[in-house]
Parts: sequence; C-alpha cells; structure tokens
Amino acid sequence: MNVWDWNFAGQIIPALLNGLRITLIATVLGSLIAFVLGLVLAILGRGPRPVRIVVRAIVEFIRSTPLLVQVYFLFFVLPAFGVVLPALTVGVLALGVHYATYTSEVYRAGIDAVPRGQWEAATALSLPRTRVWTGVVLPQAIPRVLPALGNYVISMFKETPLLIGIGVLDIVGQVREVGGQSFRYVEAYTLAGLLFLLLSYPASLAVRRLERRRAVR
Amino acid sequence: MDNLGTFLSVLSQGLPFTIIATVAGILLTIVLSFVAGLALMSSSKTVRVISRIYVEGLRGTSEVVQLFWIFFALPVLVGFQIVPIWAGILVLGLNHGAYGAEIVRGAVQSVPRAQVEGAIALSMTPAQRMRRVILPQAVVEMLPSFNNLFIQLLKSTALLSFVSINEITRQAQQVLVPRFNPQAFQIFLLLLVMYLIMSLVITAIMRTLERVAAARVGRKPSARSRSQATGAGIA
Amino acid sequence: MPSVEKSGADPMIAFDGVEKRFGDNVVLSELSFTVAPGEHVCLIGPSGSGKTTILRLLMTLEKCDAGTITVGGTSLSHMEKNGKLVPADEKHVRDVRKRIGMVFQQFNLFPNMTVRGNLVEAPTRVLGLSKDEADARAKELLDLVGLGDRIDSHPTQLSGGQQQRVAIARALAMRPDVLLLDEVTSALDPELVAGVLKLLSDIGSSTDITFLCVTHEMGFARDFSDRVMMFDGGRVIEDAAPEKLFTAPEHERTQAFLHAVVDR
Ligand SMILES: Nc1ncnc2c1ncn2[C@@H]1O[C@H](COP(=O)(O)OP(=O)(O)OP(=O)(O)O)[C@@H](O)[C@H]1O
Ligand SMILES: [Mg+2]
Repeated sequence: MNVWDWNFAGQIIPALLNGLRITLIATVLGSLIAFVLGLVLAILGRGPRPVRIVVRAIVEFIRSTPLLVQVYFLFFVLPAFGVVLPALTVGVLALGVHYATYTSEVYRAGIDAVPRGQWEAATALSLPRTRVWTGVVLPQAIPRVLPALGNYVISMFKETPLLIGIGVLDIVGQVREVGGQSFRYVEAYTLAGLLFLLLSYPASLAVRRLERRRAVR
Repeated sequence: MDNLGTFLSVLSQGLPFTIIATVAGILLTIVLSFVAGLALMSSSKTVRVISRIYVEGLRGTSEVVQLFWIFFALPVLVGFQIVPIWAGILVLGLNHGAYGAEIVRGAVQSVPRAQVEGAIALSMTPAQRMRRVILPQAVVEMLPSFNNLFIQLLKSTALLSFVSINEITRQAQQVLVPRFNPQAFQIFLLLLVMYLIMSLVITAIMRTLERVAAARVGRKPSARSRSQATGAGIA
Repeated sequence: MPSVEKSGADPMIAFDGVEKRFGDNVVLSELSFTVAPGEHVCLIGPSGSGKTTILRLLMTLEKCDAGTITVGGTSLSHMEKNGKLVPADEKHVRDVRKRIGMVFQQFNLFPNMTVRGNLVEAPTRVLGLSKDEADARAKELLDLVGLGDRIDSHPTQLSGGQQQRVAIARALAMRPDVLLLDEVTSALDPELVAGVLKLLSDIGSSTDITFLCVTHEMGFARDFSDRVMMFDGGRVIEDAAPEKLFTAPEHERTQAFLHAVVDR
C-alpha cells in the first residue's frame, strides 16, 4: 500500500470543501458574536465598580478555561433547561462567547489609547454619553484594533475543528469520516492541514500588512 | 450535589495526565521557543528560512489537525505508534513553541541597541552578548506573553481527549456524563473550576518570576498585565 | 605634553582617506588625521558634523566605506593572512577592540548586572582574568571614581553622574590603550558635570591612555587636551593646540562656532 495515493487524495476534495463550508459558517457567525459581545463587555468593563468587577471575573473565567469544555458545557447543559439547539448553533455560540473575552481586551486597549483630551472635549460640548461613545471614542478606537480583531478571526478559524467533539462535520470532521472509512489518514489529515494553511497564512499576511499601515498602540 | 465525591474522584484520575501534559508541554515549548526564536534572527539565511517554515507551518495549520496527523498519519509514515501521551506533548510543544518563537524574537529585538553596543565596546563575542547581556534583559519582556501562552497550552490539553488520553476532560465527557447525564451542569462546572485553578497556579508562578526578573534588571514589576499582553495579539 | 614631542612615534590612531556614508548622506569624506600615543585630543564642532561617527568607526560599531583606520598600527578592516591582505574577521576585530574603550553619552550600563557585575563581566570573560583579580580591579577602580561603597548596587539605583562614573570604571577595567568619550556629560544634570570632568582630568594626568573625546564643554577641552580638532561638514577645518584654537582661531567657521557655544 502506497503511503500517498493521489487518486484517493482527489476523492477527498469534495468532502474537504463540504467541511470548509461549515468551518467558514462557524467562523463568520462566531466572529460576529465575538465582535459585538466583546464590545459590550469592554464598555461594561468601564462601568461602575460592581459591574466592572463582575465583568472582569467572567472574562477571566472564560479566558482561563478550555473552549472545548465550554462547548461541552453548552451542549449538555442547555437541553436541561429546555433549550435544544443544533450542534453547529451551540458551537457558534461557544466560539463567539469565548472569543468575546479576547476581543473585549482588544477593544479595551483600543479605548484606553484614545487620548483623555478627546473625552474631555466631548464632555465640554455636553454631548450625551451614547454620542460620546458612538461619535467620538469608538470611531477612533475601532480602526486601531482591526488588525488584532483580524488575528482573532484567524485563530477562531483554526480552532473550529474542536467542534467535532459535539459532532459538527467541519473540515476535520469530514476528513475523519472519509479517512476512517478507508483507513487512509495520511492524505486526509495532510490535505486538511494544507487547506488551513492555504487560507490562514495569506490572511495573517494581510493582517500584518494592515498592522504595519496602522500604528497599533 | 451528593455525587460530588464521585465526580471529584473520577476527574482526579485524569489529573495526572493533564498535569504531565501541561508541564512537559511547557518545557518543550520553552526549548522550541528559544531555539526557533533565535534561529529566526540567525545570520544564516538557511537557518532563518527553516525556522520561518516551522513557525508559519505550525501557526497556520490547526492544532486539532496536527494532533490527528501525529496520531493517525505519522504512524503510517514511520511505521510505529508513539506512546499517546508523548505524542500529545509533542503536539502541544511544537504548536506553542511556534508562537513562543515570535515572543522570543520580539523580546530580543526590543532590547535597546545601546546595550548591544555597550557589550561590543567591551569586546564581548556575539554569543557572550546574547547570553550575558541581551537574553537576561529580554526574558523580562517575555514573561507576560509566556504566561498567556502557557495558559493557552493548558487549555489545549483538553484536545487530548480526542485521542483517547484519559485527561480530565475525557474523564468528564466519557465517564461521568454518560452515567450522570442530568447532572452535566455540576460535572462541567467542576471541570471548568479545575482548569481555572490550574491557570491561576500558572499565573501565580509567572507573576513571581516576573517580579524576580524585574528586580534583577533593577525595575519595578512591570505594569503590563497578562491581559494586556493578549491585547497585543497573542492567541 | 605638547604633540610635537610625540610626532616621531608611530601614531596610536590613524585615519587615512576615510569616507562614511549613510545612504546618500556623505558624513565623512577624505578624512585623514593621526593621534599620537598618550595624546589627548578633543573633537568639537556643530551637531551632525560627524563627531560621533568617528568614534563609532573606531569602536567598529560602524564600517567605513573607503579609506583605512588603524589603531596601534593594526587595521580595523583588514588583516594579513598568508601574506595577503584580506577582510578582517570577527576575531581580528575583537582583538583590536580590546585595546579600545568607549564611554557613551547614555552610559549603557547593563541593567541585569550589579555595578560589580558590570565591571568584572568583560575582564573575566574577554580578558580571561580570574574572578579574584577582576574583583580586585573593580574595587580599585570604583575607589578611584569615588563609588567604592556602591559595588553591590544596581545601576538603576545610582544617579546619572554615578552611573557615568561606573561606565568610566567599566571601560578602564579593560586596561585600554585608547579611550573614546562621546559627550559623556551631556546627559547629566548640570551640578554633576564638574565632578565627572574632574575625574576624567585626573585619569588623563595619571595614565598614559590615548584620549579621543567629543565634547561640548569648551573649558574641559581647553584644559584637558593637547590638541583640538574643529569639525564641520565631515572634515577637519582646524586642528591646533587649545591655547591657539580657543584664543585665536584661524577659520571663520571656528570663530562662529565658538561664539555660538560661548554665548549659550
Ligand atoms: N545610523 C545612522 N543612519 C543614518 N544617518 C546617520 C546615522 N548615524 C548618524 N547619521 C547621520 O550622520 C551625520 C553625523 O552624525 P553624528 O552623530 O556623527 O554627528 P555629531 O557630530 O556626533 O552630532 P551631535 O553633536 O549632535 O552628536 C548626521 O547627519 C546624522 O544624521
Ligand atoms: Mg554625537
């Protein structure tokens, strides 16, 4: 038996692409949650002291524990509360919440980097609080943090395969099935790895370009 | 909560695997980070290219894929199966070492040029300059980022449950949940708390090291916290 | 010690047709001068005229684009191998460097070592002195610079003036033939300047080290040096004994420069 069978490699391609579709869906939806929830956490993190402490504790807890366990947690615990969701939805939720704790730190750094004078100027104009955020602070903070957010999207993309733990058929889930049927793992996992590299390496080069163009912090 | 004792004892059976994988993974990560990080700055182009391929290759492919590759593809290529826990440690170390290499490179390059020139003016060899002057100062810069990286590594040990290593996540998911399904909430909460405690231990150790290292270069402990180091984009 | 006396000996430092460019910016061109053994030479001139660059070339922190530089008769850029002149390797450069010490404007002490560590590091590792020898030398030098009681301090616990004294001691610990000083007092608070300059004068008069100093302290240049070289636009425009250069400068650029400096 040859170590590498081109014929078989060719047969895997459709499964890979099928899995890629799921992986991309999970990444895009997960990122959306992470972007929005992270911003909420970052803004709450600047709220009154009790809120700040609770938010920080939650963020630390989620950041310090494995995403896989959080995925299991949601998958096995939600039904007990009568919430039965498809595995992919659970996965997206877990990815989004987990990465929101990372993005909240990114936003926090970006917000901290907005000069104090900007807040003071906005206050001097008696702008309402929400307008200070949406009109003055965030438009300055968010462009600065785009590269860091981009890096987390790439990280999330590479972490979606752990959703196979709850039966989501992403790239790895697909090739695991195909490889398992014929006991040909070399082609399956090598191609899966190359597919990840093919997408994430150019993406991280693009982020680095963006990083160099905008001075981050 | 009457089953708490059972939960604890079943999870504890997995603890040695989690701890061994974490500690050995961290040690391998440190070695690879320094070797690859210094190689990234080598004067030899070949060495630079090889280390760059290692770093980008391991950062660019998914850790789960790397794990399956070493468990299922590598044995076909080399003709034998590595002891699972060793293979697990190898993946953890190789993967996080690639991230650590960039930490080492960044920290070494952040040491002011004037320090190097001070050492040149004393006729030190390039190796002496690196070992005696640059690295001791760079290590102070690296520690907060390494703290993050080690916690990422601890979290990654949960992936070893995919390849039948009986660490704590697998104990919970394969042993406890099938038996006590209605109590999944308690089981996973307990599991999460165990991880939290281990990452607090890592942070406590790293903070102590940061203080010691900062004192050795005559600085107050750095204000840069672990979370800020993450904000800079290490994931 | 007037320079005339020494002109018969081989020079300690010799620049011959040296050119240095940074990109398109020609910083030094066709620069030639010599410094005799034991001579004290000060370089003065406006900012950006290339004074630091000269010291950095000597310390091999920069490479020159044309011409040759020799220290004690040994070329910095070339060495003899099987009777042929070949580009210098790292070891050759290091051997020349051992004869040269340098004190920087910003001190450049190693923060990861104590004062003692800073002083014994290179003597033990580069010169191969035993720990005890290096330690004795460190103590002796720290006494000389007036910091005998600070041997176990961290550089960051010292004032700027004290750090600069340690840096001077560190350079002397290598027993250099040549000492390069680049504006060693310009990062110091005004009240600390005099003490450091006094220390340098004492060292100058009690050793036979060859000094090449860049300074903006005209009083120091006048008292300390045997010769002063005025730089402008990458060339020496006036080279004379301090008595002459400071009282009756020939070149009008020198006059203008001295005016500007004294008026400050
Ligand atoms: N590393 C470098 N890269 C590019 N240009 C440089 C570099 N170092 C020095 N230069 C340029 O070389 C010229 C001479 O610099 P140098 O530092 O030798 O001047 P200087 O006489 O010591 O001035 P100062 O009195 O301000 O210290 C300047 O125009 C400077 O901009
Ligand atoms: Mg200068």
